[in-house]
Amino acid sequence: MKFFEDIQVGDVTELGRHTFTAEDIKSFAHRFDPQRFHIDEEEAARSHFGALCASGWHTASMWMRLAADQRRGEIEGVRLRGQGPAQWGPALGFRELKWLKPVYAGDTIAYRAEVLEARASQSRPEFGLVVSLATGDNQKGERVISFVSTIFVQRRVAGP
Amino acid sequence: MRGRPRASKPPARNTARNGGEGLYAAGRFANDSGMSEPKLYFEDFEPGAVTVYGPRLVTREEIIAFAAEFDPQPMHLDEAAASATLLGGLAASGWHACALTMRMICEGFVLDAASMGSPGVDEVRWLKPLRPGTQVRLRATVLDKRASNSRPDRGFVSYLFEMIDESDAVLTAMKTPLMVLRRVPGSAP
Repeated sequence: MKFFEDIQVGDVTELGRHTFTAEDIKSFAHRFDPQRFHIDEEEAARSHFGALCASGWHTASMWMRLAADQRRGEIEGVRLRGQGPAQWGPALGFRELKWLKPVYAGDTIAYRAEVLEARASQSRPEFGLVVSLATGDNQKGERVISFVSTIFVQRRVAGP
Repeated sequence: MRGRPRASKPPARNTARNGGEGLYAAGRFANDSGMSEPKLYFEDFEPGAVTVYGPRLVTREEIIAFAAEFDPQPMHLDEAAASATLLGGLAASGWHACALTMRMICEGFVLDAASMGSPGVDEVRWLKPLRPGTQVRLRATVLDKRASNSRPDRGFVSYLFEMIDESDAVLTAMKTPLMVLRRVPGSAP
């Protein structure tokens, strides 16, 4: 896991892909967003979406899943090299989340993160704040989701 | 033509429920009577209206279950590991708080509304950790609304959704526009 000092503005991390099945879409929606166009194919066909599509919160949560998997992989790599991993998180929140296109059953979304800004934390000198653009693109190359997140990342050397 | 209930605010349902058994029961809403015949249209939302939904118990089991599926980081999965992080103990994923907010507004009014989903979220702030055993409520404030410029059949209702705990502390604050059909397309908002 990278320390704050190792992070550069412009760094891009490919987080991997996820294919949304109708079953997954409905399972998430029944639990958290049971609007008709997320739980029923026929109702969805009659809606403005035209077909069953994932809750936007499902699309966003899968970004987090792949980001967490990626972080875990990095932590294991650092430990194998006999070093201590940097602490990441928690995030303070996010802004400008855009659900740009529906994610339909069968769509495969490629997720990534790009560092927009890295700055010292005023409140916690042993951490920095990293601002990232999180995105997901479908198999046609269309962007379906983007948001800007801010997260605490531990510094190797505490700041002033 | 159907009647036009001029609700001053979306009606609150009693959404109190146990967060444990039955939480993830599929089909809970499949026969919801409000689904095909919306009661709330764009015209019914009034800026300034404040409604509180809930309470809802957030259990340790559901925090860990969500994290295992969508945010498998130690601070959301394991009490001992979580105590070593900035969160200082087990807390729900922020995305879980967002998903629970969505669930509570679905139960609160979205399933009764001519909802067309949402184009996005202006901002979410995770202000305080959501701990196991918290009885959360959702305070929904209509900030503003505007008719769509390009589509006369719909409008946008901007909301502030605040997840609050037993002592009214705000845990999560979300600002988001909801897209809702107009009862009378093209009429004055």
